[in-house]
Amino acid sequence: MNPFQTILILSAAFLAVFGETVLSAPRSLLGAQIDLLPAIMVFAALNASLPTIAALAILGGLWLDTFSANPLGISILPLMFVGFPIYLRRDLILRDLPFAQFVLGATASALVPALTLLMLLSGSTKPLLGWGTLWQWLVMTAGGAVATPFIFALMDWCNGSLGYKLRTEVSFRPDREIRHRKILKY
Amino acid sequence: MFKQKNYLALGAVVIVAVVLLSLPTRTTARLKLAVGSWFLPLSGLAGAAQQLPADLADAAMTRHELLRQIDSLRRENQQLKSQAVQSLASARENDQLRSLFNRAKQLPWRLKMAYVIGRDPANWWRTVRIDRGGQDGLTNNLPVLSAEGFLIGRVSLVNNHDSQVVLIGDPNCRVSATVENAARDMGVVLASGPLDTSLVQLTYLSSSANLKPGQGVVTSGLGGVFPKGIPIGQIVDSRSVEFGLYTDARVKLNANLGSLEQVWVLFP
Repeated sequence: MNPFQTILILSAAFLAVFGETVLSAPRSLLGAQIDLLPAIMVFAALNASLPTIAALAILGGLWLDTFSANPLGISILPLMFVGFPIYLRRDLILRDLPFAQFVLGATASALVPALTLLMLLSGSTKPLLGWGTLWQWLVMTAGGAVATPFIFALMDWCNGSLGYKLRTEVSFRPDREIRHRKILKY
Repeated sequence: MFKQKNYLALGAVVIVAVVLLSLPTRTTARLKLAVGSWFLPLSGLAGAAQQLPADLADAAMTRHELLRQIDSLRRENQQLKSQAVQSLASARENDQLRSLFNRAKQLPWRLKMAYVIGRDPANWWRTVRIDRGGQDGLTNNLPVLSAEGFLIGRVSLVNNHDSQVVLIGDPNCRVSATVENAARDMGVVLASGPLDTSLVQLTYLSSSANLKPGQGVVTSGLGGVFPKGIPIGQIVDSRSVEFGLYTDARVKLNANLGSLEQVWVLFP
């Protein structure tokens, strides 16, 4: 496991949550705030270890709920329920294709708010819902879908520029080298 | 595919979530306070970044422009001083009349200015964060007004350095209101919809309420949270509900909730 990748993913989630609270441009332009945590979860599920995915679900959900009127902890399970199946099937997913990233981002960005709302409605809290919620859901889905390939590119760039590569064994073995010795002629 | 470590990780996350969701409200508030403090350095940076354009604009302002603004502010100050004297005289007269009728004196409002430092990242709530907290004497349920003096909500969660304000239109902010008409019809302000932040619903009005577009809506003072007479908005239209049992009206808020920067917290 590469700890730098874990730090990078958690830092991205930290900044994404803070950005969502501070930047109100998407809300004023599109009528809804775009959530980047599902897109980051897609990246983590395809590239990181399971403890990193669990840490992202717990910390990301905790940070989001801290700034929100959500009950604390309600965003954790939707994030995990989206990340976990992707992690299990990640060997079958063409993770380097932007289209695959787009589709996964759209699915995750649609599922996370829907699951969160379902959990809220099953509890005692009554969120603000109406026909406009459908529009907000579409904006969140589309925004998350578009953001996912960019997040992949940004994280890969950060990982390549700032992180280190794990040392891997090479096929070259010095003990098997065929040495061409020069015959010394006197 | 389903290895034991996968089950363990999933189980750990589920347990953490269930434990957090079952915590009592007071513990949850403390946890939110603790987690929110991790973001304080970023909040400071964001505040400084927001202030930077204004500071640059101030630095680039010419001396002539500054002198013109000082002159304008002096005049405005003189006008406000004379208005304050008139208001004082009116307040004194009001107190005298109240004492004649054995009514309690009206206490003046104390206001504290705060800056909006963040909005709710979830689309299904309507809350903002302000940069005043328990250190500044804030407590839960204090009314919050816009910079122009219109009602925008109440304080719902107080941290040391910041607080959460639940805005009008959120399901958790219900306001008892009076329509400024001859009958002084009373109702409750509720949320209208998630998209349009400028409209709220005034409901449970009398079925015989005589409502006209443009009539003002102010707080009624009932409920004990919001003082009487704070302007909320204006009637847009009304309709009869539940076969004439009561009347609903749409109210356009005076305050623009989408562009709040400075707010007043009102102390009793």
